[in-house]
Amino acid sequence: MLAGMTTNVVFGLLRLSIITAAVKAAHGEIANYDIAATNTYVWIGQGLLGFVLLWGNNELAERVRSGDVVVDLYRPWHLQGALLAEDVGRGGFALLVRLAPPMVFGMLLFPFQFPENPLRWPLFLLSATIALVISFGVRFLVEASAFWLLDNRGVYGFWNVTSGLLCGLTVPIAFFPEWARNALWASPFPALLQAPIDVFLGHGSAAKLLLYQAIWAVVVLALGHFMLQRAVRRVVVQGG
Amino acid sequence: MADVIYTRLIGARIRSQLAYRGSFAIDFVSQVMAQSYELIVILVLFGQVTALGGFSRDEVLLMYAFAGAAFGVADLFAGQLDNLPTYIRTGNFDVLLMRPLGTLPQIMCSDIRLRRIGRITGALAVMAYALSHVAVDWSPAKILLTVATPVAGAVIYGSVWVVACSICFWIVEGREFANAVTYGSNAFTSYPINVYARPLRWLMAFVVPGAFVAYYPSLALLGKQDPLGLPGWVGWTSPLVAVLAATAAGLVWRFAVRHYRGTGS
Repeated sequence: MLAGMTTNVVFGLLRLSIITAAVKAAHGEIANYDIAATNTYVWIGQGLLGFVLLWGNNELAERVRSGDVVVDLYRPWHLQGALLAEDVGRGGFALLVRLAPPMVFGMLLFPFQFPENPLRWPLFLLSATIALVISFGVRFLVEASAFWLLDNRGVYGFWNVTSGLLCGLTVPIAFFPEWARNALWASPFPALLQAPIDVFLGHGSAAKLLLYQAIWAVVVLALGHFMLQRAVRRVVVQGG
Repeated sequence: MADVIYTRLIGARIRSQLAYRGSFAIDFVSQVMAQSYELIVILVLFGQVTALGGFSRDEVLLMYAFAGAAFGVADLFAGQLDNLPTYIRTGNFDVLLMRPLGTLPQIMCSDIRLRRIGRITGALAVMAYALSHVAVDWSPAKILLTVATPVAGAVIYGSVWVVACSICFWIVEGREFANAVTYGSNAFTSYPINVYARPLRWLMAFVVPGAFVAYYPSLALLGKQDPLGLPGWVGWTSPLVAVLAATAAGLVWRFAVRHYRGTGS
């Protein structure tokens, strides 16, 4: 726990220094990010990382490989729904121990951009919760690929390597060149981190961002549902 | 005898990885991509600004490449230390102690992951690009410096890895602490150190001697003045720092291993 927090803070400080240096070099502002907004962006990002659980543990994929998934499948539940419920429950706890501490750290030690409109706080929580659902949905797709691949470590590793950039964890998506920005916002990835941060910072219309997130939440969950339906037909129970 | 055993061990590890060529190819590509992650960050930032901490894009790329190549080599040999908590928790460390070979070399040879060469390849490509685009007043000494820097850097990173992982002898789940220092210093050393706030800079540049991996050698190579005021010859001291770091790491490791207690079963 403490170790995880230390790592989180160290990487937060590293990112903060580099982006701040860039913002200073650009005379105090890049794409609506001044020093305070950058600081806010970094520490919310570090918190959301653990809250939405960007990098999962690939447990379902391991269960597919070992065959244990059969036990999950013959239970009288919808596997995806059950895992989602579990993940939302985890999020409730993570809100206190993963999301709040880095944000408080940033508020206490650095200039912080609080929302002008207090309504942004509940909207941010809503947005973060939808982000958690989408994150679950994407992780579920990555893990369910094991039904076809058996060894999905390639896909899992690929997600772990690329997600930080795609979701706007490492650099704000607003810093990217226009073509990359358009391509990213047409994908579900910014909905995992950048969208809740934008809601908090007041970058763009909150209603639009929430709508964008909600649409992707539905799409990603629906994709997972159909994938699971197809996958179940493929399951071969090894051994006896 | 020991040298024959290690060559054979390493040979066996390498052959076993090349047995599955498809899997190896995918792993290799994903390592090249992992290395290009930070590259994209640098390029995105320099899409917005022309200088970072007073250094141009190609100069920062040079530091990034030095750091990447050094980290890749260190990861190849010392990355296995990330498994140390498992050895300690399960009591498998006893096995290493029973053999008439050093514990540290045994762990280092336990898993030479060739795919990490993907990382090194990516870094070397950027190094070639950066070196051809920055203004260097070439001399034989500077060519030597260019070759020595990634090697010295790898030794420094490797030493950091050993020291950081030694904490696992006291705190078994200390791996995340260790990662903050090892992977953290890779991120740290890819940029000019004057962009960091003072406490962080002192910790990661001088306590952990990260500044000697890429920053100071790059300054010496470019013939630039250190904005933080250290004299120019500091850039030539990286091999010395590497030797000191390796000595310190060896001592810390010996001290740590003496505090090891088996799990008993």
